Amino acid sequence: MRTISTRRRIIAVLAGLAAAPLLPFRAARAQADPFAALLKQLTGGATVRHGRVTVDTPRLADNGHSVPLTVSVESPMTAADHVRSITLLSERNPRPIMATYHLGPKAGRAEVTTRVRLNGTQRLLAVAHLSDGSYWSGMAEVEVTESACLDMG
Amino acid sequence: MTLARVQLPASAKRGEVIEVRIAIQHPMETGFRFDISGRAIPKNVINQLVCRYNGVEVFRAEMGSGIAANPYLQFYAVAEASGEMAFEWIDDSGNRGTERAAISVIE
Repeated sequence: MRTISTRRRIIAVLAGLAAAPLLPFRAARAQADPFAALLKQLTGGATVRHGRVTVDTPRLADNGHSVPLTVSVESPMTAADHVRSITLLSERNPRPIMATYHLGPKAGRAEVTTRVRLNGTQRLLAVAHLSDGSYWSGMAEVEVTESACLDMG
Repeated sequence: MTLARVQLPASAKRGEVIEVRIAIQHPMETGFRFDISGRAIPKNVINQLVCRYNGVEVFRAEMGSGIAANPYLQFYAVAEASGEMAFEWIDDSGNRGTERAAISVIE
């Protein structure tokens, strides 16, 4: 009997340890959105709706120095309805605005692929400014094993 | 000297959406690194790149230190007429680069 109760106690402690780190992580995420101030600066306070923008990156990047990224926006890309610009924002880079791409109806397709530098595991937000003046956004999460910016690389 | 490579389909039908790719050899210095004697290496990135198709701007990129070294870009353009795509870029130190590629549009 004694052995079982000890084992149960160990299991309970281990389960507690496993669950513990999740709690502050969730709480931190529920707090202020790190993108809020940036978005305000970018859009001048206009509403940014979620959707229509897709950010495609590998879920796990071994090396933060060069992470392939494709951003695409659902848009017919006609003279009347097209994407004016797409801005890529990083949650943890020292300079959060990574790039802005200006497109137009002559692009035919609202999609840009590049390679970005990432200072650690983070979320990336792409904001599209459409010809009707509205803003749309899409997000991706990348886990970075070896961060850029920390070493001499 | 800056080296760059542009890839375009050699020919396309009028109105077809074509894929345009460009890779430029450039260190894209972030300004956060130090040289061997401990001095900060100044930031030097290609901050602007413009693509013109027969003289008309079809794509423009403003880039920062968040773009990887040897920047690569892939985007799209509608093939309208035979001619050329001309790329022009400038970095923080004022160095300019250009590259061009021909495209023929068939009816």
